Amino acid sequence: MIDTSAASWVDVAYLITSICFIFGLRYLSSPKTARLGNRISAFGMLIAVVATLSQGIVNWWVLGAALIVGAAVGIVSAQRVKMTAMPQMVAIFNGAGGGAAALVAAGELLKVFNLNGTPTYDVSFTSVLSAVIGSISFAGSIIAFLKLQEVMTGRPITYPGQQVVNALVALVILVCWGLVVANVPNALEYFWIALGASFLLGILFVLPIGGADMPVVISLLNSFTGLAAASTGFVLGNNVLIIAGALVGASGTLLTVLMGKAMNRSVTNVLFGAFGAIKTSTAARGAKAQNVRSVSTDDVATMLAYANQVIVVPGYGMAVAQAQHSIRELADQLEKRGVEVKYAIHPVAGRMPGHMNVLLAEANVPYTSLFDMDDINPEFERTDVALVVGANDVTNPAARSDKNSPIYGMPILDVDKAANVVVLKRSMNSGFAGIDNPLFDDPKTVMLFGDAKKSIDGVIAGVKAL
Amino acid sequence: MTVHLLAELTVFILALFVGLEVISRVPTMLHTPLMSATNAIHGIVLVGALLIAGTAGAPFNPVVSFIVVLLASLNVFGGYTVTERMLEMFRPKTQAPKTPADGAS
Repeated sequence: MIDTSAASWVDVAYLITSICFIFGLRYLSSPKTARLGNRISAFGMLIAVVATLSQGIVNWWVLGAALIVGAAVGIVSAQRVKMTAMPQMVAIFNGAGGGAAALVAAGELLKVFNLNGTPTYDVSFTSVLSAVIGSISFAGSIIAFLKLQEVMTGRPITYPGQQVVNALVALVILVCWGLVVANVPNALEYFWIALGASFLLGILFVLPIGGADMPVVISLLNSFTGLAAASTGFVLGNNVLIIAGALVGASGTLLTVLMGKAMNRSVTNVLFGAFGAIKTSTAARGAKAQNVRSVSTDDVATMLAYANQVIVVPGYGMAVAQAQHSIRELADQLEKRGVEVKYAIHPVAGRMPGHMNVLLAEANVPYTSLFDMDDINPEFERTDVALVVGANDVTNPAARSDKNSPIYGMPILDVDKAANVVVLKRSMNSGFAGIDNPLFDDPKTVMLFGDAKKSIDGVIAGVKAL
Repeated sequence: MTVHLLAELTVFILALFVGLEVISRVPTMLHTPLMSATNAIHGIVLVGALLIAGTAGAPFNPVVSFIVVLLASLNVFGGYTVTERMLEMFRPKTQAPKTPADGAS
């Protein structure tokens, strides 16, 4: 039967919101239109909120206070956060969204039970779904935040029987889910158990994932919150939530898969592999004599100043040392001397997708100088100096040649094809994954030890003095 | 499955396809802003939060209602602000161009 009753203008407003979101994302396809896109998307959000507030809202005080506090805290912290701390910030906002989605679903289910009603299967199934995904995302994002903020160790936390514990928790969730949908007596209690168990699962599943795998986890959690929002849309029968949630879910999933590909590992491997736990190569390295050549900042300055082309390869070490501004200054100095400076960006360098791009953009490096892995790799052969700043595993030639290496098969930046390689590193400790990097033993590689920012500042002084 | 649910599923699946189509055009360079932008978009759950906490027959006590809306509001405002901050940093060459010899790339 066709429903011919007039559509409420609120639903029309929601439709406009959905269109704004789609255009917002569409305009992200170019840095030139991206800001406009973000504003269109924000405008869409405004329309949805105003439309919602126009429908017989009663608890004005509570809503107003929560909106204002949320806005104040959100805007102020987002403006103050350092660009290097951006992954943590995104994780926190993501977690907040997940938590809200879980609570909204819980609220709708409670509402039905409060009215002594029986929830339809549609509502009971989707409300548990949204509570489960939302709460996994909430707890997982908090752990990701703590790891990124280095409140807790970025190394994977593993214990025997980890997978078994996770599987048991997942089983509890599934059983409770079934009981809620079957609407057994005390269904509501099982709902709360499912919610709590999901929170626990969120913590447990991020704990064994190491810092270098964070780009995958952050994208995945983003996708989860999107799907939780969509599922909340099913619970409330609200299309704008469904559409927005689906858009985010699609985006998060796509990024997760891309990040996995960039590491040549399946997403399951990242989530359940506890990658960084591989300690064998770290133990083995002590015995092996390394022919590492350490040089001074002045030596590096000379190498760079007389080069034709220099490629900078940034990694997480650059973010930690906040060296992006110094790098930009060095590039300016070199360009004044007619040296061509390019930047090679590995898809998983840093802690979130595109992390290096944002940091370099912050330092005013024009995005036209930044190159993706596939575009820059053929360039290394024509390059005099590759300057590796705090990147390690993404430059490790063992990924190409050594079948026993844990990162074998991962696409890397072909830094070793450059005529000279300068590696800036804090110390000889191996990279996050604890894997030996034969690049450091290469006769054409020189090492500059110390804090990346201080080293670069030293090199700048050296270039100026030439 | 009700007719209603089927209609919603249709919307969901079509939106997924639109999402994949639109997002696959976003260049790698903008992946962090993309994450942040989608992060802000899932703040739409604020609509759900307002409906649950603010309409008659609200199931939560005021404290929980406050928390639900607070979380969602944090997500929306924080998300859009961070994205805006990131995007305003992305600019093409603005400084004095270097030696004009090397061709446009």
